[in-house]
Amino acid sequence: MREFLRQYGAQIARLTFEHVWLTASAMLFAAAIGLPLGILLTRKQGLARPVLAVANVLQTIPSLALFGLLLPVPFLGDRAARLAIVALTGYALLPILRNTYTGIRGVDPVLVDVSNALGMSNLQRLLKVELPLAASVILAGLRTATVTCVGVATIAAAVGAGGLGELIFRGVASVDNGLVLAGAIPAALLALCADGVLGLVEKRLAVRR
Amino acid sequence: MATQEVEFAQVSFTVEGGRQLLSDISLTVEAGTTTALLGRSGSGKTTLLRTVNALVRPTSGQVLVGEQDVAEADVIALRRGIGYVIQEAGLFPHMSIERNVGMALELAGKPKTEIAARAAEMLRWVGLPEDVAKRQPWQLSGGQRQRVGLARALASDPKVLLMDEPFGALDPLTRAEIRAMVRGLLEVAVKTTLIVTHDLDEALYLADRVVLLEAGRIVADLAAGDVLESTNDAMRAYVAATWRGDAA
Repeated sequence: MREFLRQYGAQIARLTFEHVWLTASAMLFAAAIGLPLGILLTRKQGLARPVLAVANVLQTIPSLALFGLLLPVPFLGDRAARLAIVALTGYALLPILRNTYTGIRGVDPVLVDVSNALGMSNLQRLLKVELPLAASVILAGLRTATVTCVGVATIAAAVGAGGLGELIFRGVASVDNGLVLAGAIPAALLALCADGVLGLVEKRLAVRR
Repeated sequence: MATQEVEFAQVSFTVEGGRQLLSDISLTVEAGTTTALLGRSGSGKTTLLRTVNALVRPTSGQVLVGEQDVAEADVIALRRGIGYVIQEAGLFPHMSIERNVGMALELAGKPKTEIAARAAEMLRWVGLPEDVAKRQPWQLSGGQRQRVGLARALASDPKVLLMDEPFGALDPLTRAEIRAMVRGLLEVAVKTTLIVTHDLDEALYLADRVVLLEAGRIVADLAAGDVLESTNDAMRAYVAATWRGDAA
């Protein structure tokens, strides 16, 4: 074990960092798109169904296929990390979008009514009432997206984007279970950590009624 | 002569599908008076109330608050000048009681110290202890929450107060206590009040005037003192069906 870590420790650390970087970048983009888009959908109800359907379809494409499909796309195909971040953003988008939309739509209509009756503007209602009350549902979406992203990011190695998947793919190719585990265990720990931390935040944001 | 504060002029409201919830309602409510909108569920009383703060837009006719046509008013400014109390209070569960009470002032951009002072004053008004201010809504009883709802509606000192079945969710004893408190408050802080209820006892206890609605139409409009002796058929039927004793 010690020998193994001496040999691969630095590599595991580097690839873990890459993995976190890929996931974090994708989550940042997905949140930057998904949160405002989810809010917009609550204001333009007619758009909700088609937009959520597109995000749903995106989610159903097998990850390896999506990476492969994006390879020939100009600009994306030039750099593997760029391509991986775009694909991961696509996967993270649906849970964020759906939970933002359903979280805000799920706010008690009586409270929306009271907000209006108090003379809140649309923006005030969003910031003071809807977002705080939907926060735990929205965070649950971010949590699901993060865990999905950490898992799917292992596939990014297939297009040369790095991350812990690199160890897994090398291990599979050389029938070396040690290498597979060297990639899989940190990836699983990353997912568990993200899930635990975001779960705690989600609990804190839940509003007691 | 008393001035009118709220006026409904031939107000009708039809929902999608053609069902008419309000038919040709005309009613003038004088400033500083309390009017009860009485009627069974589905009679249109809540819909009529909600036309005053533009939560419902009439299909035809006009609603005036002060001298202003609600349809042409700046809806945010209009609503900030009208207090609104509903069943079960509708307090924001993620905000402290103080913030709930002071929300109208927060929206008006008042400084925090002023909001806190006003919230404390309003809580005293509705008979709640000072320490309630820092609590959350879930820590209060139904009756206390309803008092907070009233404090919130009155905090910005609105001229018009709308109350939609405000005591509906309370047990009989709490209901009686809060009703008495509301009557006392309305005697001191003179407001033009519209109160929606299906409870005749409540209407007679709180209101100067009782307007009976049936299927979206006004079928009786009487001074509260004349209700029990009324010869109006609809009112007589309502009294016969629901009156069980002396209001006061």
